[in-house]
Amino acid sequence: MNDVPLSHVLVLSSALFFLGVYGFFTRRNIITLLMSVELILNSVNLNFIAFNKYLFPHQLEGVFFTLFIITIAAAEVSLAIAIIINLYRRFNTIDIEDTNTMKY
Amino acid sequence: MSAGAIIFYVLSILVLIFGILTVFTRRIFRAAVYLLLSLIGIAGIYILMDMEFIAAIQIIIYVGGIVVLIIFSIFLTHQAGEKLSVYRPKRLFWSVLLTVAGLILTTSVIIRHTFKPAGIPGVEDSVRNIGRQLLDYKHHGYVFPFEIVSILLLAALIGSIVIAMKDKKK
Amino acid sequence: MNYGFASLLINLLPLACFIVLSLFGKMIKPAISGIISCFALVISAVLAIYVAYGYFFEFGKQENIYLKEIVMQFQWLRFNDSLSIDFGIVLDPISVMMLVVISLISAMVHIYSLNYMHGEERFQTYYAYLSLFTFSMLGLVVSINLFQMYIFWELVGISSFLLIGFYFTKPSAIAAAKKAFIITRFADLGFLIGILMLSFDAKTLNIFTLIERLTQPGSAYISGLNAITFLGLSGISWALLLVFIGGAGKSAMFPLHIWLPDAMEGPTPVSALIHAATMVVAGVYLVARLFPVLAVSATDVLTIISYVGVFSALFAALIACTQTDIKRVLAYSTISQIGFMMFAIGIARWGEGHNEGFTASMFHLFTHAFFKALLFLCAGVIIHGIHSNEMADMGGLRKKLPITHITFLLACLSISGIPPFAGFFSKESILSSAFSENRSIFYIALFTSGLTSFYMFRLYFRIFWNIPEKVDEENTNLEKGRWAMLSTLVILAAGAVFAGFVPFGNFVSPDGTPVQNHIHFLFSILPVSVGLAGIIFAGFMYFRKNSLPETIAFALGKSYRWSYDKFYIDEIYYFMTKKVLFNLVGRPAAWFDRNIVDGMMNGTADLTLIFSNSIKKLQSGRLQGYTMWFLAGILTIAVVVIYSFIY
Repeated sequence: MNDVPLSHVLVLSSALFFLGVYGFFTRRNIITLLMSVELILNSVNLNFIAFNKYLFPHQLEGVFFTLFIITIAAAEVSLAIAIIINLYRRFNTIDIEDTNTMKY
Repeated sequence: MSAGAIIFYVLSILVLIFGILTVFTRRIFRAAVYLLLSLIGIAGIYILMDMEFIAAIQIIIYVGGIVVLIIFSIFLTHQAGEKLSVYRPKRLFWSVLLTVAGLILTTSVIIRHTFKPAGIPGVEDSVRNIGRQLLDYKHHGYVFPFEIVSILLLAALIGSIVIAMKDKKK
Repeated sequence: MNYGFASLLINLLPLACFIVLSLFGKMIKPAISGIISCFALVISAVLAIYVAYGYFFEFGKQENIYLKEIVMQFQWLRFNDSLSIDFGIVLDPISVMMLVVISLISAMVHIYSLNYMHGEERFQTYYAYLSLFTFSMLGLVVSINLFQMYIFWELVGISSFLLIGFYFTKPSAIAAAKKAFIITRFADLGFLIGILMLSFDAKTLNIFTLIERLTQPGSAYISGLNAITFLGLSGISWALLLVFIGGAGKSAMFPLHIWLPDAMEGPTPVSALIHAATMVVAGVYLVARLFPVLAVSATDVLTIISYVGVFSALFAALIACTQTDIKRVLAYSTISQIGFMMFAIGIARWGEGHNEGFTASMFHLFTHAFFKALLFLCAGVIIHGIHSNEMADMGGLRKKLPITHITFLLACLSISGIPPFAGFFSKESILSSAFSENRSIFYIALFTSGLTSFYMFRLYFRIFWNIPEKVDEENTNLEKGRWAMLSTLVILAAGAVFAGFVPFGNFVSPDGTPVQNHIHFLFSILPVSVGLAGIIFAGFMYFRKNSLPETIAFALGKSYRWSYDKFYIDEIYYFMTKKVLFNLVGRPAAWFDRNIVDGMMNGTADLTLIFSNSIKKLQSGRLQGYTMWFLAGILTIAVVVIYSFIY
């Protein structure tokens, strides 16, 4: 993989990031929103690993960051699912447009 | 063009296509499956970069845990067969605008910058090295974040149980 | 008992009475509250006489001069090293005399009101106000500091307002109270500016230090004020003139006299206390207090004072000749007599042989308090019996009001200057000092005293003689059973008769040295005969009911009309305030306030509302909206940072 320039990997990861962002803005179902968030997190992981491999191969910092991000993502998704289930029980809908009572 | 490069480009296109499909499809279950495939593609890229451990972790936790959890929740909220709604033009316009603007910004910054790859031979990404550094409390040791993350996981565990508990009164 | 403690007690007893009655008045029975306050005031009066005895006969005199004695003093508000507002009590010939007068007359009025205000619903409130007034007036006369005097001056004004407007359900009473307060307050503006000017140059607010500093000719203190002249009067003259304007407002001198006749809307004992004997002489007291400064450094102001005084005296006497309401006649008589006091002090100068006017003025203040209070209290008995103020409803009341009749007659003889009553001595000393100082004032004063005896005896004859007594079913004695009212009348009558025999000149004078007060018998023939002429003239007109008054009124024509309508001074004031002041100043100011000032406030509020309504939509409750803004913000910052700082 030595002849793939770093910038290509970074472009890939930023494209993935903004895909996730687009999905976050446009999706109405909360679960699909969650999936877009996962895409964002993964793009960040990719970024870290790429930098680690190309620029600092003698250290393992990027690996650790990625490890922690994966862990925290897991925790976050489980909590998010719990909230979604609670929401579904209460309001019988998981459309994000219907959860807008915290407003003026 | 070495084989590694070709495989990388194929994998990256796959990841992107599946990502697009995840974001654009109108059926939830298919979105979950596309996400799964996208994550597997990313794991492949990790293997290409000689980071096997991370790839393994990715598959185990992300694919095998998180996506499965998402699929469970789809079933629990009875969303499986329905079609998702159409999006409003105004919102679409603004999201596209912002996303494309962001993409252009980051890409231009990346392309302009010249990255100097290091010529030093790398440390092997083996379980042993990772484990050693993880539990080391001197020279860049990560034992402290390790402990904190374990507490975080505990909190998340308890939190999700409490939040999703059924009310006793009902 | 220590004299200092006694004088403090004199002042504090009425204050304690006020506090007790105002806080607990509703819980005490009216009779008890009346007795409490009478008791307190009688003790105060006894103490005042005790202190006076001690001062004049025991400790006041040193080397044959009466010196002031500052009995207590404490600093209240400190402005800087030299200026501070102190509160204190000073014993000095005039302040001791005033203490006696005020506490005695106030005690009499308190006792009288037990009968007069009997059955009144707000009995306790009335006594509370009376005690507040007594406290304020007592504090005023013992002040050692100009600001202390000003504070008590204003307190006296408030008490007067409360008491004039006591029957606040009558619109005329409210209007009269407002009028009194506004006019005296307006005059007090002059007083305040005068105080500020005087203390600015003398660098002190203490009265005695101020007098000391401003009476040394050529000292640095005076030259500062004298360096500026404005319209021909030096700075110190202006300061003293402004102070006099404050005094003139309280003492109802022309043209600030219009509040006093209307103040008769209050209960009659109030008129006796405040508007005859004590508050209205506050202006004279103020001039007497500052007399050394006036006599040494600003004699032109003294001249102005004397002319204002004599003009007010004549003016009021002319009006009093035609009025038909008893209390109005007495009110104008008060203005006239105070005019006498003012011009007497105005023609006095510093130095042996010229300072008789000061003593004469204070003497007249002393005797006037007695007979004027007596006149008002008698009027109160009459009004209480007849239930009307107008002279037309009275006549032939000799048998029905015997004691009132005798005391009223004694008071009238006193005010007309007939020997050997008290008024004779004081008026005679005023007229003799006028004769030696300023002949033209003397002639005007002589004429005025003739008018005085005329209108007073007009009043007397109209009330007690004039028509034959009606033999009606109840030929009752209207005075039956009112022991409180009658005893005070008798005591005051004794004062009106015998107070003239006090050798006043030995006690009171501008610099403390005794003034020789000779009675020139040859000289006094002229005033006495003028007085008798007035009495006889009044007798002709009013002893028996006849047509002489109407014919004279018809013959005088226009001038009678003018006098009856009080020379239209009130109308001039109304014109000036309503047409000129309200329209030219009041309306534009109100328009400005409503539209521009309020408009700006409302406009600011409306703008804020519009603004907030427009930003309100930002907090829509929609998660994705928030995130879009978030990303937009980040991108903007990133663009700014990257493209300005890095490239």
